[in-house]
Amino acid sequence: MSTVVETHDHDGHHGPAKGLSRWLFTTNHKDIGTLYLWFSFIMLFIGGGMAMVIRAELFQPGLQIVQPEFFNQMTTNHGLIMVFGVIMPAFVGLANWMIPMQIGAPDMALPRLNNLSFWLLPMAFGILISTLFMPEGGPNFGWTFYAPLSTTYAPSTVNYFIFSVHVMGVSSILGSINIITTIFNMRAPGMTLMKMPLFVWSWLITAYLLIAVMPVLAGVVTMMLMDINFGTSFFDAAGGGDPVLFQHVFWFFGHPEVYIMILPAFGIVSHIIETFSRKPVFGYSSMVYAMASIAILSFVVWAHHMFTVGMPLAGELFFMYSTMLIAIPTGVKVFNWVATMFRGSLTFETPMLFSIGFVTLFTIGGFSGLMLAIVPADFQYHDTYFVVAHFHYVLVPGALFGIIAGAYYWLPKWTGNMYDETLGKLHFWLTFISVNITFFPMHFVGLAGMPRRYPDYALQFADFNAMISMGAFMFGITQLLFLFIVIKCIKSGKQAKPEVWEGAGDLGLEWTLSSPPPYHSFTVQPEVK
Amino acid sequence: MEIRKTVKNLIGITIGMFAFGFVLVPLYDVFCEITGLNGKISGPSFLSEESKAITEQRELLVQFMTHNNESMPWEFDSEMSQMRVLTGNQYEAMFVFHNKTSKPMVGQVIPSVSPGRGAEYFHKTECFCFEQQLLAAGERIELPVRFIIDPNLPKEIGSLSLGYTLFDITDKIDINRDVAKL
Repeated sequence: MSTVVETHDHDGHHGPAKGLSRWLFTTNHKDIGTLYLWFSFIMLFIGGGMAMVIRAELFQPGLQIVQPEFFNQMTTNHGLIMVFGVIMPAFVGLANWMIPMQIGAPDMALPRLNNLSFWLLPMAFGILISTLFMPEGGPNFGWTFYAPLSTTYAPSTVNYFIFSVHVMGVSSILGSINIITTIFNMRAPGMTLMKMPLFVWSWLITAYLLIAVMPVLAGVVTMMLMDINFGTSFFDAAGGGDPVLFQHVFWFFGHPEVYIMILPAFGIVSHIIETFSRKPVFGYSSMVYAMASIAILSFVVWAHHMFTVGMPLAGELFFMYSTMLIAIPTGVKVFNWVATMFRGSLTFETPMLFSIGFVTLFTIGGFSGLMLAIVPADFQYHDTYFVVAHFHYVLVPGALFGIIAGAYYWLPKWTGNMYDETLGKLHFWLTFISVNITFFPMHFVGLAGMPRRYPDYALQFADFNAMISMGAFMFGITQLLFLFIVIKCIKSGKQAKPEVWEGAGDLGLEWTLSSPPPYHSFTVQPEVK
Repeated sequence: MEIRKTVKNLIGITIGMFAFGFVLVPLYDVFCEITGLNGKISGPSFLSEESKAITEQRELLVQFMTHNNESMPWEFDSEMSQMRVLTGNQYEAMFVFHNKTSKPMVGQVIPSVSPGRGAEYFHKTECFCFEQQLLAAGERIELPVRFIIDPNLPKEIGSLSLGYTLFDITDKIDINRDVAKL
């Protein structure tokens, strides 16, 4: 009897397995994409909870709620979780769901590896978060973990942190290898590189950045591990090492990492803007070249994070100009998005609202980045809230808006149900308003000299900090609404058409599939003309 | 098997970049050495023949700074806080080390010249910073640094500071072996 069932299975009609084993052992790109997205969503609330602790403590000057030691653990883990546990897994989840469907492939090239690279993540973050419950507390040296703070002066739990970074690094590298292999080998016949959807392009470039720099991150934490446990002196001046070396190696990873967290959002937003402008994206090839130049330039700008460590003038000038050069390809992209909307027949559904929010607010973050690139100005801004404002503007209304926009855009495709448009718009406006209340005043307190990473501040900053905290609480609560909208969309909602959005049928292969798409899509590859 | 080939190449890149992370360490030192960045100078250095040929001398101020890293309990000081010197001549400055604890300890001094651009013109022909210092409990010694300032020193540098930081490296080395030698 069982043989009969098995033969039946091999005919290719089998659906997902039942129960927990479906998720533990799945090799299906859609299931793994879903796992990544839910993982990232859960981590968003954990990392967000830490941000709430930070903002509650900073609501008033003085120490009210937490001790400085715990505050430091909160800032560190908030940063680590948001970067490695939210933004990156969400993009990998979107890649898993969308890349095979956009290039007309039945699945990812290496499905078993795909399962492994996801399940490494809960391990890594389980290890990281468990340190918070240990007597010595978790990592408290900032997400940039500068030596010697993270070596000589670190709590002994730093070893868990190092291991956890190794595991998440392996996960990202395996995921990237899978994505590049899929894109190079499994495109539908006729889909040349320059006919690929921009989201696929953005991920191809991102995946290359990942396999180039995640090993360097693994290297730098390995050096830390050896300094702490095996008596080497990579970063210890007493043994002939140099703490500044840490910063160079870290930022050699760190700057490309910044673009890893934004390039896929560029791809998503390009699709959404063309859909709701009802015309193809303006300057497709310049979009591709702009992303490629941003990626290449990202390897030669790292020292702009460390202008104040003492560099020769020639070095500071080089890194200042190379950093400013990045504004050119980025400007090309912003121009192209605006040009796509120009004279389009625009409608403003939730994904479009988030995309327009992305373009405007990301540009603000880009401009404050240009200000920080100016060496003499950076000497004043360094390690103040101005820097905090800058990178939150590119990461929250930048990367996170890109992810939320993508989620709204593709949710009807994934679930087969339309989400609640009224609630979606409410979610957008509450988010848009609160994100600006939270992060805009940080520019002012930063320029006035408020340093980052402290649990207390001078009285002069009290009013703005109270405002920032209220904005942050509002932002935090609003994201619960997003959770509600997603669950509601999975459970119920108007039946979505295959093309979902008016006219989207011509824009990509994913819209030719039913909503929700079959468990195994494109068993016969479509022809692209 | 196109897929296998792609995967092999990508794994190659990954391993290559991991190695590159470690190659950055010597690269960084070489880069600092060549450019004199960071005020780093490692071993003894001497005047080049070309510099020796310069007979013109000028006067400048050399200042000494001593500093103990974190909990290093030794007393570490220079006998003079500054000297007026002429370029091209050799000078000697004395430094005092005093292990005030009741156990033998090993110290290592790390030098730094400021401004960093002046580092390559500060020739130390002999320095206690080239080796580790083992002091018995309560031992007090005086050690010299001999130096020559290169006549090629850029005109705009009117004074040089030689900073020394003393590190406690007792835990890092096998002290019993060294104590046995005493």
